[in-house]
Amino acid sequence: MIVFDRVSKVYPDNSRAIDEVTVSIEPNEFVSLVGPSGAGKTTLLKLFLAEETPTEGAIYYDSNNIHDLSRREIDAFRRKIGMIFQDFRLLPNKTVYENIAFTMEAAGRTDEEIETDVPHVLELVDLSHKIWNFPRELSGGEKQRVAIARALVNEPDVLIADEPTGNLDPANTYDIVQILKRINDLGTTVILATHNKGIIDLLEKRVIAMEGGKIVRDDKSGKYFS
Amino acid sequence: MFATKLKRIIRTGFFNFWRDGTVSFASVLVMLVTLLTIAFISFGGAILDTVLGELSSKIDINVTFVTAAKEEDILSIKHTLESLSEVSLVTYISRDEALQAFKERHANDPSIISALEELGDNPLGAVLNIKARDPSQYASVAQFLQSDNALSSGGVTIIDRVNYFQNKAAIDKLAHIISSADKLGFALTLFMVIISMLIAFNTIRLTIYIARDEISVMRLVGASTNYIQGPFVIVGIIYGLVAGLLTLLLLLPITYWLGNTTRSFFIGFNIYSYYLHNILEISLIVLISGILIGSISSILAIRKYLKV
Repeated sequence: MIVFDRVSKVYPDNSRAIDEVTVSIEPNEFVSLVGPSGAGKTTLLKLFLAEETPTEGAIYYDSNNIHDLSRREIDAFRRKIGMIFQDFRLLPNKTVYENIAFTMEAAGRTDEEIETDVPHVLELVDLSHKIWNFPRELSGGEKQRVAIARALVNEPDVLIADEPTGNLDPANTYDIVQILKRINDLGTTVILATHNKGIIDLLEKRVIAMEGGKIVRDDKSGKYFS
Repeated sequence: MFATKLKRIIRTGFFNFWRDGTVSFASVLVMLVTLLTIAFISFGGAILDTVLGELSSKIDINVTFVTAAKEEDILSIKHTLESLSEVSLVTYISRDEALQAFKERHANDPSIISALEELGDNPLGAVLNIKARDPSQYASVAQFLQSDNALSSGGVTIIDRVNYFQNKAAIDKLAHIISSADKLGFALTLFMVIISMLIAFNTIRLTIYIARDEISVMRLVGASTNYIQGPFVIVGIIYGLVAGLLTLLLLLPITYWLGNTTRSFFIGFNIYSYYLHNILEISLIVLISGILIGSISSILAIRKYLKV
C-alpha cells in the first residue's frame, strides 16, 4: 500500500509543486493521475521514487517511510517498482535484450533466469523479432514496449507510467493502454500519469485529478473532467 | 554472486569500450599523448643523468710535480690524497708515461718531436690526476694541496703547479649548472606530468558526461553504485592499457629514429638502446600510469552523476 501523508514540495524559488497532498493507493489498484502540465503529476511520482525529497510530510510504502531508507535500501526498493517514461529512457548502447537483461542483472538474478525470462517478457509485448536490435532501430511504439518489458521483467509490485503515450500515435497508444490493463489484471498496482482524455475514458478506473499541486478530485468511477 | 557480478561488470566494460568506438578512439589518443609525455620525461631524466655524470667525470685536477721530485715523495702524497673522503680516484702518471703520452699526442707534428729530441732530457714532470666524488669538492682538495701536507721533507714544495687554479672559474660554473639543472628538471617533470594528467582526466570526464542520462536510468531501475560505476572504471582501465601498449610500440620507431641524433648530441647517450635496455621498467611505468589515470579519472568523474 502507498500512502502520501500531507506531502508538500517547495522548490528553492518558493514555487509549491506539491501542496499538502494526502492520498492512499491500495495494492492491485489502477490509478490514473490527470491534470494539465505543471499540475505536479511528475513531481509526485519523483517523490515516490525517492528521486526528490519532500519539503514536508512523508511517503510510506508498506508502512516504510521511503525517505528514511539508506542508499542500499533505495536501490532494493526501486527494483520492486517498474517505470515507464514518455521519452522511453532506454540505454542507447545496449540491444533490446541487454536493456532488459540489465535490470535483471542489477537485481542480482542468475544468468539462467535472464536467458529464459527476457525472451518470455518480450513475447508478452510482442517484440520477440527485435530482440537483437538497438533502440535507434525501433519505432516509438516499439521503444515503449521495450520499456514496458524492462519494467515488468523483475515482476514489480508497482508499475509507474509517466505519460507513456505522450510521444505515440493513437494506434500505439491503444496498444500500450491494453498492455497496462493486462499487467494490472495480473496483480500489479499501476499508477498512470497522463493528460490524454481518451485513455481515461477507455479505462474506467480510479482517476485522481491534480491542479496547482493539489488534488482537486478523486473519482472511483473514472471519468476525465477538466 | 560476487564472481558473477565481476564477470558482468568486466563484460559490460568491454562492450561499452567497443560500441562507443569514436569516443574510445578519441580518449585513447589523448591518453596516448599523456603517456608519451610521461615516457619522454623519464627519458629526459636519463639523458640529464648521463650528461651530468659525463660532465662531472670530465672535471679533474692535475697536479704537476717539479722534474726533480722523487717518486716516493709523490707516491706518499698520492697515498695521503686517497685517504681524503672527498677524493674518489687518484692516478699516478710517471715522467716517462707523461713523455710517452706527449709524443703520441704530437706524433704528426715533426717540429715538436725534433725539438724534444734536441733537449735530450725529459722536460716533463710526473702528474697526479685527481677525481673528486662531487664537483663542489675540488676546492677543498686544492686547498689541501696548498697546505703544508703537500711539502716534501725538506720543507721545499715539490709541486710545480695545480691546474685547479687555472680552471677554477669553469669548474665552479659547471658545478652550479649541474645542481640547478637537477632542480629545474624535477620541477619541469612535475609540471608536465600534472598538466597531461589533467587533460586525460577531463577527456574521461567528458565521456562520462555524455552517459549521464544512462547513469540516471540505471539508478532508477535500482542498480547499485558499484554495478553502475564498475563498467566505467573498466573502460578507463582499457583506455589506459590500450594507450599504454600503443605508446610502447610507438616508442620503438621514435627512439630508433632519434637514436643517432641523441648519441652525437648527448655524449654517447643512445635513446634507442637505453629504451631497449630498460624496456621492462619503462613498460611498467607507462602501463601503470595509464591504468591509474584511467581508473581514478573514471571514479572521480562518475561520482557527480550517481546522486540520483
